[in-house]
Amino acid sequence: MSAVEEIASQAPAVEAVPKRAMTLSSGTAFVIVLLLLVVPLFVKNFIIFQMTMLLIYGLAVLALNILTGGSGQFSLGNSAFYAIGAYTSAILMEQYNVNYALTLPVAGVICFGAGFLFGQPALRLSGVYLALATFALATAMPQILKLGFFEQWTGGVQGLVVTKPDAPFGLPMSQDMWLYYFTLAITIAIYIFSVNLLRSRSGRAFMAIRDNEIAASAMGIDVATYKTLAFGVSAGITGVAGGLGAIAVQFVAPDSYTITLAISLFLGMVVGGVGWLPGSFVGSAFIIFVPNIAEGISKGLSGAVFGVLLFLVIFLVPHGSRQVAMVAQQLLGKLRKN
Amino acid sequence: MQVVQQLRIAALATAVIALTSGGALAQKKYDTGASDTEIKIGNIMPYSGPASAYGVIGKTEEAYFKKINAEGGINGRKINFVTYDDAYSPPKAVEQVRKLVESDEVLFVFNPLGTPSNSAIQKYLNGKKIPQLFVATGATKWNDPKNFPWTMGWQPSYQSEGRIYAKYLLKEKPGAKIGVLFQNDDFGKDYLKGLKDGLGDKAASMIVMEESYETSEPSIDGHIVKLKASGADVFFSVTTPKFAAQAIKKLAEIDWHPLHLVVNVSASVGSVIKPAGFENSQGILSAAYAKDAADAQWDNDPGMKKFFEFLAQYYPDANKLDSSTVYGYGAAQTLVKVLQMCGDDLTRANVMKQAASLKDFAPDTLLPGVKINTSATDFAPIEQLQMMRFKGEKWELFGEAISGAIE
Repeated sequence: MSAVEEIASQAPAVEAVPKRAMTLSSGTAFVIVLLLLVVPLFVKNFIIFQMTMLLIYGLAVLALNILTGGSGQFSLGNSAFYAIGAYTSAILMEQYNVNYALTLPVAGVICFGAGFLFGQPALRLSGVYLALATFALATAMPQILKLGFFEQWTGGVQGLVVTKPDAPFGLPMSQDMWLYYFTLAITIAIYIFSVNLLRSRSGRAFMAIRDNEIAASAMGIDVATYKTLAFGVSAGITGVAGGLGAIAVQFVAPDSYTITLAISLFLGMVVGGVGWLPGSFVGSAFIIFVPNIAEGISKGLSGAVFGVLLFLVIFLVPHGSRQVAMVAQQLLGKLRKN
Repeated sequence: MQVVQQLRIAALATAVIALTSGGALAQKKYDTGASDTEIKIGNIMPYSGPASAYGVIGKTEEAYFKKINAEGGINGRKINFVTYDDAYSPPKAVEQVRKLVESDEVLFVFNPLGTPSNSAIQKYLNGKKIPQLFVATGATKWNDPKNFPWTMGWQPSYQSEGRIYAKYLLKEKPGAKIGVLFQNDDFGKDYLKGLKDGLGDKAASMIVMEESYETSEPSIDGHIVKLKASGADVFFSVTTPKFAAQAIKKLAEIDWHPLHLVVNVSASVGSVIKPAGFENSQGILSAAYAKDAADAQWDNDPGMKKFFEFLAQYYPDANKLDSSTVYGYGAAQTLVKVLQMCGDDLTRANVMKQAASLKDFAPDTLLPGVKINTSATDFAPIEQLQMMRFKGEKWELFGEAISGAIE
């Protein structure tokens, strides 16, 4: 049996999610955005920082979700694009004094290019093989960043310290709050872009490839282009997230972007629900807060506690937060009928 | 009537006197995190992740503060030690330190571990004027009171140690051909820089080969073979424990017997020498600043006796052979000394001031002759080490404590 036949006869690795089920209703979305706007006014800077990180990791998970949930390709290498984005922003800000806001589009474009190029050879691979190829990218990235050749820009193993921007126009808010609203604006823009992308012609092409590659190419979809495009878009968004992450954390170092980050992002996607875009942020909350909860339960066994919690989630709600949301919706519907 | 009134006035007067004099006597000054009853101290440690073996340091410190509290605390105040896991990840370190500062409201951050994590939080803590006290890393950059007046190291820096080996080699083996194996990160490069600086002009002619390895490599055998082929007669092993043990074994396997120098980080009998085999480790040189709990020569040492009593009572499940317990004890003891010196002025500025005024302080677990000295311009508490040679089943110290201070 040739590889092509093997793929054709296999059940799709990622189950088909109808595109309408990928987003939230406008009412729910409105309430969530309102909450995200108002809550920071009443909490400590530290909580604002955590919310900023939640949005940033949420973006990175969202990017992975477009790739996996949208076009059905696996990646364990998105931490590499996150690192490229972070370093692009940090180097531009610290070595070339570029305004932080301008570094983000650059980070996005560079990562789009990197993702698009990586997508070319990755075309020959699919499923677990692709996951492994990207895994190699994630493992290699911290070492590439340490290379002596790049050291004059990257700061080598010592990393780079990034200056946090002040609120512009003399706005009376803390650096953290400003960065939060800045991140929120970018997040909303990228989220809307992603939803529209998946609803567009390209999005339909992604999903057709995800559901059945051969049928998709029979329908005239240029499989190679769309697959690499999905890689590029995903890497580009991850790069923007990485750039924001560098500004929020104020530090980049090779050790920040190890394979653990790639696996966390993957985890976030699965917990949030593969193919359900709003779930990306639920997944992001999971990877930020659950390790803290696990640590609170037992310091010595935090890893094991985290494992148990993760196992429970996968066992009880295998489709992640999407499943929870759907159940909640059904319950609400019943209540309304009564 | 008049009597009552007089009494009232008298009572009032005494009350006023008592109040004002009470205020004048105490002069208590506090910053966030300190009060009449408590000193809140923050800490981050890699309890999980690749460096989780060092988590023992945090646990030892927690146990040591428990002992201090059981003995009545410091000037009547109990220590509340809040320690979080950063998994050796810089972004997580920033998150946890911000939690310590902004949510738990600690007085200062003590002994956070790891160069990447400390680099990530240094700017934040200095910006907020919160002491980042006695960081658990050997990088040289922590001794920079001009630019980072709120950050202070504790252990000897890797560069100082590298200089000490250079001093030794220049004196004992001036014609040495040195082959260096180093971990490709700041830890490895700092040692290499120390060695080169110490050798000075002769560095280029004496170092015949520099080989680097990555922590992700399962085995470093290939590098060792290469170094042997280079014709080196001194092998300088700048390695972390796992790789140091591998190197010792491999050297024996390929029958290569150069003068073998192992850095202090990997000089532990329990986690390096024993696994590599005593027979393979004879004659290895290293340098130390702390006593080795696994070494029988300290069994009757008064300082170590106190240490063992502490372990038995407050941290009974600790591994006696793990050098991290000795480390945590020494660091915690230094901090307690600083807090005692602070008296009732528990402001962040005073904590830094007292930490920078340590004179000849010798924690129980440091080698005789190694003393902690700091000043407003010297933020490197321990700068001395003593050379030692492995013989039989233990290290034998020789020579004086040498200073590796960077002039």
